[in-house]
Amino acid sequence: MNSAVIVFPGSNCDRDLAVALEQVTGRKPAMVWHKDSELPDGIDFIGVPGGFSYGDYLRSGAMAARSPVMRAVKDAAARGVPVIGICNGFQVLTEAGMLPGALMRNARLSFVCREVPLRVENSQSLFTAQYDSGEEISFPVAHHDGNYQADEGTLDRLEGEGRVAFRYLDSVNGSARDIAGILNDAGNVLGLMPHPERVIEPAHGGTDGRRLFEGLLETVNA
Amino acid sequence: MKARVFVTLKNGVLDPQGKAIHHALEGLGFGGVNDVRAGKLIELDLAEGTSDAQIEDMCRKLLANTVIENFRIERMEPAQG
Repeated sequence: MNSAVIVFPGSNCDRDLAVALEQVTGRKPAMVWHKDSELPDGIDFIGVPGGFSYGDYLRSGAMAARSPVMRAVKDAAARGVPVIGICNGFQVLTEAGMLPGALMRNARLSFVCREVPLRVENSQSLFTAQYDSGEEISFPVAHHDGNYQADEGTLDRLEGEGRVAFRYLDSVNGSARDIAGILNDAGNVLGLMPHPERVIEPAHGGTDGRRLFEGLLETVNA
Repeated sequence: MKARVFVTLKNGVLDPQGKAIHHALEGLGFGGVNDVRAGKLIELDLAEGTSDAQIEDMCRKLLANTVIENFRIERMEPAQG
């Protein structure tokens, strides 16, 4: 699997994501700078990493979503290339209109940085095939703007179409219906606030995130 | 010419910052504040002849996230004379 990690000024989880991808796929991902308007040829997977792109100016992810590379990411997603947006990457994907809703300031206004228990709500997606439906796992979160909001109609549609991929087991940030991660309607774009790339080897204190990348590798290679 | 863009959260969208400001005002002893909503003011210095439609386009494409925010444009006409 040939992967690409997008790098914005202010990204700070790009290297963690690259290490996770290299460990799982055996290949170093291409690091693609935000000003590039094209992705390298033959990319099978794109990761939009966490961090504070453009200093979170205007709104989290707002500037990054309008950068040249995001047009190439949108085109690739439209062709069916799997895209994951983690934390700030999730904010970027919502701002880019690739996922519905918006991520607002945490309901209690505090930065949340801890391990959180999650439930895998849909184990049929490209990203969650190695989990069991309803399985409880643990990923770390580290964010200030993770409060997922959308109108009731959108939330009902996400639930009805199995597009809520991960849900918090307790209220972490005020997200509507405790949503931690969602899929687009085609199922090839996942955005989530928790960090799977930070739990891929025992030294990290957990390996629950590893299966996300392994499942994706299996699907892409199938 | 200059224009001001006011970006505010839509009605019904929870505003944690407004709530915190409200609490702080109450903590300072200001009674009678029913609600607080926080927003943004963006001042644009524009080429003469920039149309309302162009400013609206800027708001929709970047300045406001219309999923959660409304915007209002106020043109500031240059002083006469």
